[in-house]
Amino acid sequence: MRELKITPIKNGTVIDHIGNGLALEVLRIIGVRELDKDSSVSVAIHVRSGKLGWKDIVKVESMELSPRKVNAIALIAPTATISIIRDYKVREKRVVDLPSRIVGVLRCPNPTCISNQPEPIESEFEVTDRRPVVLTCAFCERRVDDFLRHLA
Amino acid sequence: MSLHGRDITSIRDLSREEIEEILASARKMIPYAEGSKVVHPLAEKIVAMAFFEPSTRTRLSFEAAVHRLGGNCLTIADAGATSLRKGESLYDTIRMLSSYADAIVIRHPNEGSARLAARASDRPVINAGDGAGQHPTQTLLDLATLHEAFGTLTGLKVVLLGDLKYGRTVHSLAYALAEFGSELILSSPRGLALPEERREELKRVGGRVSEQPDIRKAVQEADALYVTRIQKERFVDESEYREVAGSYRIDASVLASAKPRLIVMHPLPRAGEIAPEVDQTPHAAYFRQAFLAVPVRMALLASVLGSSRRGG
Ligand SMILES: Nc1ncnc2c1ncn2[C@@H]1O[C@H](COP(=O)(O)OP(=O)(O)OP(=O)(O)O)[C@@H](O)[C@H]1O
Ligand SMILES: [Mg+2]
Ligand SMILES: [Zn+2]
Repeated sequence: MRELKITPIKNGTVIDHIGNGLALEVLRIIGVRELDKDSSVSVAIHVRSGKLGWKDIVKVESMELSPRKVNAIALIAPTATISIIRDYKVREKRVVDLPSRIVGVLRCPNPTCISNQPEPIESEFEVTDRRPVVLTCAFCERRVDDFLRHLA
Repeated sequence: MSLHGRDITSIRDLSREEIEEILASARKMIPYAEGSKVVHPLAEKIVAMAFFEPSTRTRLSFEAAVHRLGGNCLTIADAGATSLRKGESLYDTIRMLSSYADAIVIRHPNEGSARLAARASDRPVINAGDGAGQHPTQTLLDLATLHEAFGTLTGLKVVLLGDLKYGRTVHSLAYALAEFGSELILSSPRGLALPEERREELKRVGGRVSEQPDIRKAVQEADALYVTRIQKERFVDESEYREVAGSYRIDASVLASAKPRLIVMHPLPRAGEIAPEVDQTPHAAYFRQAFLAVPVRMALLASVLGSSRRGG
């Protein structure tokens, strides 16, 4: 069964197999306001999926994701696959993969952490648990498991 | 194993073996800390004391340690308020300081600042307290006090009393004691209990933890009683504070049913948590604990900064 419910894109990125209901968070990470004029976005929410039961899909035209954004997606949508489309065809496909360090993606939940002060550094977390994922601030050692609330 | 050139930002940076080695070296430092013997492994060395918030005791004992080892201090006693920074980032301030000194001791109100300083500095950084975060040398001297009294850090029963929620010294101490295989008895007023996150952390390292809000009962079985300050700011109204503070006061009658060898510890300064009459009993260990700050900090400075060859 073909699942192309939305117009095919010529060049761009497809984020498929997003956990049901998380598409809007993925959009937040992509940063809709940062898109250039050619980058239209289509979203499918609550689509039938063999593997997941239900899933969301996000397709962004004319844009490839920075490694930082891929890391952020890996955090909140660990089941996602990212396909790069060139000339209507899937050229590259990979599952997202959580690195051992997450730099700049999240804000430390501790308001008095030095990483939340005006210092020339980026936030940084170590992945200290993977199942479920728990991050620990590389500065103040605060643990974070509710990533959605702390996206930078 | 060598601590030479290492940053000491958290007690978690040190393995159990490294802690044991620092404590052993601190024991040897005692006569040098008292001034009855002289040793100068830090001769010609400069240690910057970057204190961004006032902390007289910690600073003085670090300075004493540097002087006893024959080194020199560059002290910024209240860097937050001085013209030193002029809106400069901590990162830049530390970067600059690290070009003037061989090591930096930092006290700062923000958690994680010592880690930031360690990144900014190409010289070793020792954390002397970062906000509600870490204060590893306090933990080391607490452990040194227990070790001196009992010859071990394993199998002890230690009561942690008072503000276990905000008191950072108890968090690191509890962690270290759990790792060494001592048992913790928590005794805190309502609302000031050990945070769940800390409790889980203790479980992860296999800590045995129980609770006993009744001090008299808690003390009966214990080898050590670690008393912390209960701060007025933590309470909504004055009367509640006075009631709680009053019920957590240690005096001779509380200690009446304690083991003869129980020691009472306190990070000082005390504010009425321990009655002066306790000073006269063999239980009082808090002034010894305050003294041990010097040999412990000497041991740490010597291994971080001294010649990498051992002995001497
Ligand atoms: N030209 C295109 N425009 C928009 N979406 C596309 C285009 N080509 C493929 N896709 C989408 O990209 C994703 C990956 O494409 P692919 O053909 O590999 O799908 P698949 O065979 O279903 O693989 P998977 O096992 O990842 O589900 C799918 O969600 C597909 O719908
Ligand atoms: Mg498919
Ligand atoms: Zn932090």
